[in-house]
Amino acid sequence: MLTIKNLHASVEDKEILKGINLEVKAGEVHAIMGPNGAGKSTLSSVIAGNENFEVTEGEIILEGEDLADLAPEERAHKGIFMSFQYPVEIPGVSVTNFIKTAINESRKAKGLEDMPANEMLKLIKEKSELLEIDRKFLSRSLNEGFSGGEKKRNEIFQMAMLDPKVAILDETDSGLDIDALRIVANGVNKLKNENNAVIVITHYQRLLDYIVPDFVHVLHDGKIVKTGGKELALELEEKGYDWVK
Amino acid sequence: MDLKEKLLSSFLAFEQKVDIESDLHDVRNEALKVFENKGFPTKQEEAWKYTSLNAVLATDYNILPKNETDVDWKDVKKYFLNDVDTYKVVFINGVFSSHLSSTTHDGLDVCLMSSALTKPKYKMVIDTYFNQIANKEDSLTNLNTAYAFEGAYINIPKSTVVSKPIEILYFTTGDSSNFVQPRNLVIVGENAHVQIIERHQALTDTAMFTNSVTEIFASKRAIVDYYKLQNDVQTANLVDNTYIDQKQESRVSVHTFSFGGNITRNNLNFYHKGERIDSTLKGVTIIGDKQHVDHYTLVHHAQPNCESHQNYKGIYDDRSTGVFNGKIYVDKIAQKTDAFQQNNNILLTDKATLNTKPQLEIFADDVKCSHGCTIGQLDESAMFYMQQRGIPKKEAKALLMYAFTDEVLSSVTIPDLQLKLQKLISMKLGVNIGFEI
Repeated sequence: MLTIKNLHASVEDKEILKGINLEVKAGEVHAIMGPNGAGKSTLSSVIAGNENFEVTEGEIILEGEDLADLAPEERAHKGIFMSFQYPVEIPGVSVTNFIKTAINESRKAKGLEDMPANEMLKLIKEKSELLEIDRKFLSRSLNEGFSGGEKKRNEIFQMAMLDPKVAILDETDSGLDIDALRIVANGVNKLKNENNAVIVITHYQRLLDYIVPDFVHVLHDGKIVKTGGKELALELEEKGYDWVK
Repeated sequence: MDLKEKLLSSFLAFEQKVDIESDLHDVRNEALKVFENKGFPTKQEEAWKYTSLNAVLATDYNILPKNETDVDWKDVKKYFLNDVDTYKVVFINGVFSSHLSSTTHDGLDVCLMSSALTKPKYKMVIDTYFNQIANKEDSLTNLNTAYAFEGAYINIPKSTVVSKPIEILYFTTGDSSNFVQPRNLVIVGENAHVQIIERHQALTDTAMFTNSVTEIFASKRAIVDYYKLQNDVQTANLVDNTYIDQKQESRVSVHTFSFGGNITRNNLNFYHKGERIDSTLKGVTIIGDKQHVDHYTLVHHAQPNCESHQNYKGIYDDRSTGVFNGKIYVDKIAQKTDAFQQNNNILLTDKATLNTKPQLEIFADDVKCSHGCTIGQLDESAMFYMQQRGIPKKEAKALLMYAFTDEVLSSVTIPDLQLKLQKLISMKLGVNIGFEI
């Protein structure tokens, strides 16, 4: 589904990713772990198309199509979703209106009409119930005054609404207490199926107790230095990152 | 003959229709003298450094209003609030339009300045309030006083909560250029509450000049919410002079929404005459083309324990120019003053210009005064966030600008007006957000 080949990326002439190779198939969950500064967040930003990073070498291929020349919104329309570590506050625009705009822009890009209002409402109702989101929450301004848990839950709600092919969860566990973590992880598990894939980017192992990965990759200094099954995460937790250097 | 000379010589014709024996006329004569001495403001004056009226003063305007011109309700309906019942005081080319208005004397006065200035029963009120807070030095204010004749007169007795908003609309129309000078007087009694919307609107693309003066008196614990909606055509010019006199514990807010017009100058002045007063000055400016908007605010903290909150947002496109000048005076006696001022701007092109200047003069030593101004572009991380959700750059930009104005928009207390403004702003910015859910 998603293939990354020899990916090199820089920011302001400083090389951060130094040759990443990754193959993610439909139905799989991949975890990318690593210490601070290893390039984890850069990897997710580069896949999502953040223009602050320059890809100097390599390819990112989604279902056979090279994403290199596509803007972030075009990648989103193709099915890339990234849950942000720090979601942005947009006062005056409700969660509902924001997601409506996002969905209809995506439909527009595919040559479809706006989603009919009743269909939209039905979808919102279905997904908010799935994620145990209160309806009052949906009329609040996007991320404004949200707690850490509410912000992350809102990210997963948007993921549910947009139904991506590849979802990248960038440090979704940061700033969450254990209850919030469980709710967010349950949401992801409910959305996961045979036709999509999830990439979990995390510093700590604890999120992986709830979202169980098929593969764990260790990122160090811009390269994947070790790959294994879910037990690798536990081993890392025990031995620390120095062990894989 | 230039415009100043024309204004001076037309005064004789104006005197034909007013009582020149009245005390009021002495006030007019004195005011005209000040204008004669000072003339129109020029860029040499510090307060007008960034706004030049020269080009628009060259037009040959009609000074004196003609008889009532007819305007159909269906043609102007869109300038009013949609779904709520309101009091309406409407003028066309400076003349009261009875058929578009909905005035009242039932428990409160929402009526005409021309009546208030001439009928004996209003004399005491006029003597007490008229021209009392207006600046006696300002030449344009004096020019307005000299020709003071028509406008809205609003008097809310004590403890009256006015159940519906009051709309004051000044339309100009026709093929000839008009120089109109509305004069409003708003008196709000103790514990009374009123919401007022003021709008100046040209209906034709003819050069118009409006020199407006509004005096507002808020008694003890009165609440006044005043909204100025400026979305005029490219040929319309407005100088708005508003003077507010606040007594103790009163709360007055003025929101100014400037979305159009050629030159718009807002002189907004607050004077504190008691303790524990709250003043709010907020504005959203969204202009493009060669439009010019100048906000010139003054808050005079003259008593202890008062607060003022200023928050102005501006978005400037094309070659438009903006000015924000915020003066705050804190007298020595005004201890425990809390004065806040903020002015944030986004320039969308290299050709757009903004001059922003906080001007704080503080003579008390135990006060909290803060000010901040920013001129910037849009937040890149926010842009990326929205693009990641599939919203293209152009729409993401518009949505961010819309969000930028929200701090001001969200404190509008009339829901129907808020909705109207939301729609106007999203139209200006090209945002397509569904508001129906």
